Amino acid sequence: MALKILYFAGLREAIGSGMESLELPPGVTTVAGLRAALGQSHPALLAAKNLRAAVNQKMVGMEAPVADGDEVAFFPPVTGG
Amino acid sequence: MEVSVQQADFDAGAEIAALSAGDTAAGAVASFVGLVRGDGEVAAMTLEHYPGMTEAALAEIVAQARKRWELRRIRVIHRVGRLLPNDRIVFAGVASSHRHDAFAACAFIMDYLKTQAPFWKKEELTNGAQGGRWVDARESDDLAAARWRE
Repeated sequence: MALKILYFAGLREAIGSGMESLELPPGVTTVAGLRAALGQSHPALLAAKNLRAAVNQKMVGMEAPVADGDEVAFFPPVTGG
Repeated sequence: MEVSVQQADFDAGAEIAALSAGDTAAGAVASFVGLVRGDGEVAAMTLEHYPGMTEAALAEIVAQARKRWELRRIRVIHRVGRLLPNDRIVFAGVASSHRHDAFAACAFIMDYLKTQAPFWKKEELTNGAQGGRWVDARESDDLAAARWRE
């Protein structure tokens, strides 16, 4: 089952897309690994300072595991309220 | 319904009244209304969010507040989309038997919302700068949330 990847705010604009779907890249087991893999085609992901992530709509650290079928979101620190 | 994410404005007075209507055990209602600050150079702002996660994150913040304090009704409303200076942007209201719990829970909800709920603000500037400007997160907001973990 494919991964659903979401990008928000300034990161979405820098990447030029808010969503993509892809197979879990070989060897990737964590959010950090996924970031590195996606960074090959989206340099903005690597350049982002204080990048935040969510897996299946829960905020997580970069060391969190990712698995097939997960919804993974990358975004800048939140600024609501 | 405790949590709403919506484009429409809200009636803060009606929301406050509803927090205690018919609840004779409620002895205090504390509320907060956040507004879009103009700061002179901001013409408008657009709020983006993460549909699905936003509602879940707000519900989780409310659940955490309920674990910490004795609370009655709670209401959190956050607007999204394009807003103008002075527009209402967020409402947090808490009813409790006593004022201490109501005040504390209301502040806690706002401090956590600022750092945990997936909203992002982009400002349109009065000088018409191309593309607008994403608002940077502030360290003071992280510190405000951290004080509840001490």
